[in-house]
Amino acid sequence: MRWRCRRGTKELDLLLERFLTAHYAQLAAAEQAAFERLLAQEDHALQAWLIYGESPPDAELTRIVERIRSSHLLSPR
Amino acid sequence: MTHAIQTVEHTYDVVVVGAGGAGLRATFGMAEQGLNTACVTKVFPTRSHTVAAQGGVSAALGNMGEDDWRWHMYDTVKGSDWLGDQDAIEYMCREAVPAILELEHYGVPFSRTEDGKIYQRPFGGMTTRFGQGTAQRTCAAADRTGHAILHTLYQQALKHRAEFYIEHFATDLLMDDGVCRGVVTLDMNTGIVHIFRAHQVILATGGYGRAYFSCTSAHTCTGDGNGMVLRAGLPLQDMEFVQFHPTGIYGAGCLISEGVRGEGGYLTNAKGERFMPNYAPSAQDLASRDVVSRAMTVEIREGRGVGPKADHIYLHVEHLDPAVIHERLPGISDLARIFAGVDVSQEPIPVVPTVHYNMGGIPTNYRGEVVQRRGDDPDAVVPGLMAVGEAACVSVHGANRLGSNSLLDLVVFGRAAAHRAAEVIGGRGKPHSPLPEGCPDPALQRLERLLHAKGGKPTAAVRDEMQHTMQNYAAVFRTGETLDEGCKRMDGVYKSFEDIAITDRSLIWNSDLIETLELENLLGCAVTTIHSARNRCESRGAHAREDYPERDDQKWLKHTLASMAPNGQVTLDERPVHLNTLTDEVDSVPLQARVY
Repeated sequence: MRWRCRRGTKELDLLLERFLTAHYAQLAAAEQAAFERLLAQEDHALQAWLIYGESPPDAELTRIVERIRSSHLLSPR
Repeated sequence: MTHAIQTVEHTYDVVVVGAGGAGLRATFGMAEQGLNTACVTKVFPTRSHTVAAQGGVSAALGNMGEDDWRWHMYDTVKGSDWLGDQDAIEYMCREAVPAILELEHYGVPFSRTEDGKIYQRPFGGMTTRFGQGTAQRTCAAADRTGHAILHTLYQQALKHRAEFYIEHFATDLLMDDGVCRGVVTLDMNTGIVHIFRAHQVILATGGYGRAYFSCTSAHTCTGDGNGMVLRAGLPLQDMEFVQFHPTGIYGAGCLISEGVRGEGGYLTNAKGERFMPNYAPSAQDLASRDVVSRAMTVEIREGRGVGPKADHIYLHVEHLDPAVIHERLPGISDLARIFAGVDVSQEPIPVVPTVHYNMGGIPTNYRGEVVQRRGDDPDAVVPGLMAVGEAACVSVHGANRLGSNSLLDLVVFGRAAAHRAAEVIGGRGKPHSPLPEGCPDPALQRLERLLHAKGGKPTAAVRDEMQHTMQNYAAVFRTGETLDEGCKRMDGVYKSFEDIAITDRSLIWNSDLIETLELENLLGCAVTTIHSARNRCESRGAHAREDYPERDDQKWLKHTLASMAPNGQVTLDERPVHLNTLTDEVDSVPLQARVY
């Protein structure tokens, strides 16, 4: 899991690794599954969703993307 | 030993290590020529750091006006501050044209002009008629050029039946009396160690940005190939040349594009002063990367940095029309909000010069073959070993790389290495001579040793010390005094690795072990970088010495070679720069001052 948070860009590495460390364990099983599904997506899609605020194609991915974005904004460093 | 490592053997014609742009181009090229080809990669192929290259790839196609590969060559030699090898630069700029047309043919979706040609845009340092005009030479696939190239090359490699070993961490080269015979990898998913025999091993492992505290590179950029080469007793070249980008977000390292200053953004110090006019009266905030980075560093060192530690600088865009920011600088407000907690319409962005690219690396010739100095021959080929991409030092970037020449380097030399390997190997499935008894033992013993390391220092603590030491003593500001101190400290950090502690004793998905293997590779890069920087008493390109502010061609027009003993002792040597061209179709670019 930690290894699959390793991506092609610094921005994604920071967002995903921090979220995994700080929040993943507290997620409900369905959200954990959505996070894993998110990690299987292309970097380009992850950039668009996590950084530039575009919407993923389904509701579960959208929910997990929003959680990652909001958790990061609360603790910027 | 309590832990018996399970091993499995493979035999291929060629094994490529790394699946970024260079590794995939080489893999595909070798498979295309019928060689039995394997590519081993620690992350999934389309997740390598090439994906972050948005700018584009240069080639003198002349689609947007006059252009000539000779002008591209002139720009690249000048950009390199004459440290680049001119035969290799000629090769790259000349072969850029067919290499890009091939990419187009394979399906890279380049942006188009109205009449259907590849669209090309201007880029810093790219000129026509030997510096007279502005060239439009950079081809892009919207803002996702690196991503598009990776995908296309991966599909081509699969089509030609290259075999991929994914989530394999390459640990060491198999060396036999100065010849490379293969490579050892750890399959992170199963914990099984794979011993690959090959006629040629191609290292395409990328840069080592993470040796520094602030870098724009992804976490995966840990100089693994460089580390393997050092452990094989071979030298690295020109490691002192590290390119800094002036505007990485403070604390995070995320890149804020040069376009921000192009659209009117400017820098200020703790007094609120715009300081760039003091350093570059005409170009000001738009001066080249090295000039801006150096000015920012001087401001911080003289106590005029911003923030509680006075250790960074502000980049202002809040005076710009929000519509302009939205339209011309898309993503900047998102990046600043997410990674600096800043609303760019109200506040400045905290930035600091940030490591962006490593010009140095594994020395090769223009065919991708690794070279070393052997007796009187400074260009002796290491049989069985090649290197391409940011891991390699061909050297086409010399002391400083131009924007949009890095993607070009990947595709041209990935392709060249494929051609050369096919020539040297001479056909599919040639027999391998037997591997000497015990050849993989050093690699296995190293893995065992680290797996059972019970010292007192966690990996993260040693990595942190290395990153801060390099940031403080081997970044933009360099003097004999700071580098002496830095070498001492870095040698100490290297020594402290002997006392490393690993808590997880499994070979399967052991991120503690993998990060420790990566750290050992980074430490080799860091130590050779800082010793090479102390040794070079001149300023050239990205290497600026306060105590030797001028370029000194009498003494220093040469490549640095740095090798490292297992105890961390660095030995320095040198190779001449190739001032000769490859053919008589172009003249060598004579030495002159690098003035923009």
